[in-house]
Amino acid sequence: MNLDYVPVLLQTVIAVVVAVSMLGGAILIGQRGRRTPAKDTAYECGKDPIGPTNPRFSVKFYMVAMLFILFDIETVFFFAWAVVYRQELANGPQILFAMLFFLAVLGVGLVYELRKKALDWTRHG
Amino acid sequence: MVTELTVFLVSTLIKIFLVIGVLLGLVAYAVLAERKVSAAMQDRIGPNRVGLPFVKARLMGLGQPLADAFKLMLKEQFVPGHVRGFYYNLAPMLAFLPALLAICVIPFAGVDPIHLPGLSLAIPQPGVIANVGIGALLLFAVTSLGVYGIVLAGWSSNSKYAFLGGIRSSAQMISYEVAMGFSAIPVFLISGALSLPQIVDFQIERGWLLLPFVGKQFDWHLLFLWPSLLLSSLIFLVTLFAETNRAPFDLPESEQELVGGYNTEYGGMRFGMFFLGEYAALISASGLFVTLFLGGWSLPFGLLGTATSLSTFFLQALVFLGKVCLLVFFFMWIRWTLPRFRYDQVMTLGWKVLLPLSMANIVLVAILLAVFGGTP
Repeated sequence: MNLDYVPVLLQTVIAVVVAVSMLGGAILIGQRGRRTPAKDTAYECGKDPIGPTNPRFSVKFYMVAMLFILFDIETVFFFAWAVVYRQELANGPQILFAMLFFLAVLGVGLVYELRKKALDWTRHG
Repeated sequence: MVTELTVFLVSTLIKIFLVIGVLLGLVAYAVLAERKVSAAMQDRIGPNRVGLPFVKARLMGLGQPLADAFKLMLKEQFVPGHVRGFYYNLAPMLAFLPALLAICVIPFAGVDPIHLPGLSLAIPQPGVIANVGIGALLLFAVTSLGVYGIVLAGWSSNSKYAFLGGIRSSAQMISYEVAMGFSAIPVFLISGALSLPQIVDFQIERGWLLLPFVGKQFDWHLLFLWPSLLLSSLIFLVTLFAETNRAPFDLPESEQELVGGYNTEYGGMRFGMFFLGEYAALISASGLFVTLFLGGWSLPFGLLGTATSLSTFFLQALVFLGKVCLLVFFFMWIRWTLPRFRYDQVMTLGWKVLLPLSMANIVLVAILLAVFGGTP
């Protein structure tokens, strides 16, 4: 039986218990206060809130999130490759060329998005 | 009759409680240290009034963390009426948990089994809670969960400042996570392992990856790889600053423009958990850097490489803690020295400088290793 991951489970359970008990304990022993209209409004430096509370935001953030997913998945492939790289080198340099090709595809993607100014945050960039 | 399974489980539980206790203690005193360091750098005195309980002397404000903790616990735990209640309560916990989970794979001392006097069975993997083969991958996966707490806090607060802070923070964290992953690849290429104890063992034999000439045996291969490793460690350090939202990357909570950023609508212990989570993440990030680049628990030239008795084991843990504390001080030093980046500068640095550089670095290291025939 593989017990390697049991400590991870134990750590998770204990960390959740610590977090919940910190918050729960504070709610139990914390000061009781009154509700006032001022406390129930969103904080905007003391003024009454203006406009919608979830304002529209730049589509660039959405673009960053998409690009992140693409690149982060590729990072995971690199992890697996890096571990076996030195052993596989004994069988010749194919493993290097395979990853160089993969990295070149990735690099073309990066150059494309840079040329499309997908990551330019200044207005006139 | 004591079986191996009970020894394993009991020692694991003891380690978990010890590590979480030490981490929370370190977090409390890191806050005090931050205030003291910033005071010293700005020619102030810093907190020096609160002494320890039952002690008449003030002891340079050593009781401050205790007083802060009690203050946060005893405050009114108020939930404003305009927030989305469930997520508003969930977010502080989600921000606090990843740092606590991440430390379970970071080795703080040697992992060879040691015998305790009076116990027939050896303690397995004494220096790490979970000795898993994919430790580094698990660590990256868990630390990237931290972004959920922040984005949920910003969204559930129903407030402009919190929302903008949460959006900014999530975009920044995910941008730097890509470069962080790529900059760590050379370490795994050279050591050929994802298990953090194995990476430290490699460094004890061949030299720390940041200082390749301090190993048990001198390895000229690593000298050729040294420039790449320096670049890789520099990129990794910068991304750690961005991942932990520390200055000069503290845009998510830039006080002067967004009030408090994602935690604007929080108070009491909920705010406290964001705060503690941030420092816990700082400490576990320092632990990760020490493990990957600074030889973990070992001293130069293979000293303290393996623990044979309980006393050397504790010495190793002390060495590890010392390195982590030095790195935490470095983080504070940078915070009180450099001004904050502009948002477009943060994004440009992450995507146009650090990411291509780290990708090129991987190619360089891979080609050098192929030239050496995969020996080092």
